[in-house]
Amino acid sequence: MNERFQLKYVSLRQPYLFALLLMVVAALVNLVLQPNLLELRVLNGNLRSFLPLMIVTAGQAIVIMGSGIDLSVGAMVSLVTAVLVTQMSLDASAGQILLVILLACGVGMAAGGLNGFGVAWLRLPPIVTTYATSFIFSGLALWILPRPGGNMPETFARWYRQATPLGIPLGIWVAAVLVLLWYLLRKTKYGSYLFAVGGKPDAAYATAVPVTRVLFSTYVIAGLMSAFAALALTLGTSSGDPRIGAAMTLDSIVAVVLGGTRLSGGQGGVAGSILGVIILGLIRNIISFANVPSWYQTLVDALIILIALAGPGLVQLIRRRRVA
Amino acid sequence: MSRFSLPKLSPPLIALLLAVGLFFLGGLIRPGFVNATQAINIVRLAAFLGIIAAGQTLVILGGGEGIDLSIGAVVTLAAILAFRLNEGQNELVPLALAVALAAGAFIGLLNGLGVAFLKIPPLVMTLGMAGVVQGLILAITQGEMIGDTAPVMGRYISAPLVLGIPGVVFIWFILALLIWLLLERTTYGKQLFGIGVNRVTARLSGVRVPLVVLVTYTLSGLLAAFGGFMLLGFTQTVFMNLGGPYLFPSVAAVVVGGTALSGGKGSYWGTMAGALVLTLITSLLTAMQLPEAFRQMTLGAILLILISVYGRQRGLRQ
Repeated sequence: MNERFQLKYVSLRQPYLFALLLMVVAALVNLVLQPNLLELRVLNGNLRSFLPLMIVTAGQAIVIMGSGIDLSVGAMVSLVTAVLVTQMSLDASAGQILLVILLACGVGMAAGGLNGFGVAWLRLPPIVTTYATSFIFSGLALWILPRPGGNMPETFARWYRQATPLGIPLGIWVAAVLVLLWYLLRKTKYGSYLFAVGGKPDAAYATAVPVTRVLFSTYVIAGLMSAFAALALTLGTSSGDPRIGAAMTLDSIVAVVLGGTRLSGGQGGVAGSILGVIILGLIRNIISFANVPSWYQTLVDALIILIALAGPGLVQLIRRRRVA
Repeated sequence: MSRFSLPKLSPPLIALLLAVGLFFLGGLIRPGFVNATQAINIVRLAAFLGIIAAGQTLVILGGGEGIDLSIGAVVTLAAILAFRLNEGQNELVPLALAVALAAGAFIGLLNGLGVAFLKIPPLVMTLGMAGVVQGLILAITQGEMIGDTAPVMGRYISAPLVLGIPGVVFIWFILALLIWLLLERTTYGKQLFGIGVNRVTARLSGVRVPLVVLVTYTLSGLLAAFGGFMLLGFTQTVFMNLGGPYLFPSVAAVVVGGTALSGGKGSYWGTMAGALVLTLITSLLTAMQLPEAFRQMTLGAILLILISVYGRQRGLRQ
């Protein structure tokens, strides 16, 4: 009894442990329902389908740690998708492909820059600012690519779909790179600035932290991540849809929170957020393999997510009652 | 840094002046836009957004990062329930209204419990709840919209009632009066502003903060459901995403009306003016017959400009 209590204590100190626990449970349930889950081909497919959201969520996590929020990530994904598939030709050479990817990154960063300008320099509230810009971005996406279509060189797309370097699924590689980059970033001056800006912007400003520039940079990072996510999406489907990103915005926020990052900022991490994405993906897998009648799938999915979101709060409430 | 500042006008008044200005701008862009019928039509459309945004105003005034993102889903659910239950019969309308309101209030209550007691951030709690309500709608309807709208709803809500003005406009103004009374003349109202300004000082001066939060989210769900019922009287039919397009405009109307997203400062009059401004912008963009891509871009740009005029947060140096 005492030990269990201690475990609970630890899990409260390390918010992402709750996410880890949730992921293990979800993975076990998934494994029971889908016994071939761990086969390389199946695992690769599964993880690859989580990949775009993983990348977007990493960017969203950085913005949220800086105590902001970005409701335009989905629209930025749509915009960059439109740019990618209209600028890419089917028989593009490696050099041309690289050029288009660079252009896509530029577009993503410029879009993020607009958000950052509004939030950091004009001091506009992030929720409404990024909501407003999301209209600008999705309008642009529709203008560039009025209906789904476009090109992606088949060899490049096939490599993406089948690549398992060193026998490890691409999804794991990308997750590892994101987490590694985050750990390196956190150790730098920028990392401590980010937490300072997210936690106590006034105090950070008073101690000469470049608050405005740090805030601005978080949105540019989110834009860049959206661009990479758009690349992953178009490679996965070999075509582009100007509305493809719409569903990703809210998922990315839910994943960040599931991963133990608080919306109030100044705390959290990318690793937990990626766990959040995997949990979301596993929950959806479970629902589709558990033969839930199709009209009830959304309800079950949303209820599980709501309970998962409420989990840490519930634990704390029970604990407080016990102590009292 | 010298900041751009407007002459000392209250934000609701600025928004109202902006609405009038936009209306006449509409006349310049499209001759025939300025006439009484069009004006009444715009106020009628704004009434739906205004009623739906009433709860959002309360939640945002209460501070603590308060926001209700379940409003769109609740609007849809209420309309679908009312549509199912009244079956086109006038006698069943009170029952349909009662069930729709109860459902909305219950969802709001759950939001309030999550926010006040489980300490889930409002954005996440209401977002998660929006998903649950959406799932509930799918489970209830199984994709089939059975039911009908009672004739009495159309007659008293969207058809001209007195002097060519539809009933919903009167209902909106009565609601506005009630909300003004609630905010300015009741203990709850004072406590809501109190917790919006500072939760700690409010608690220390004896306000039961969780209770006020609980009531606020419940009211928000109730008012969203009422908005959904009203909307049904206008559309006469229901579909899956009926309320979705009202969600973020409800937040935008509050902000454009000068209510601070940080809470504690603002009014429902502002939200009403904000609803008028947003409805006018959408109507203008429709009247200009722009392609969807440009309509979206213009809407985004205008929203951004509106927010930068009076949605700015405190500067770091102050």
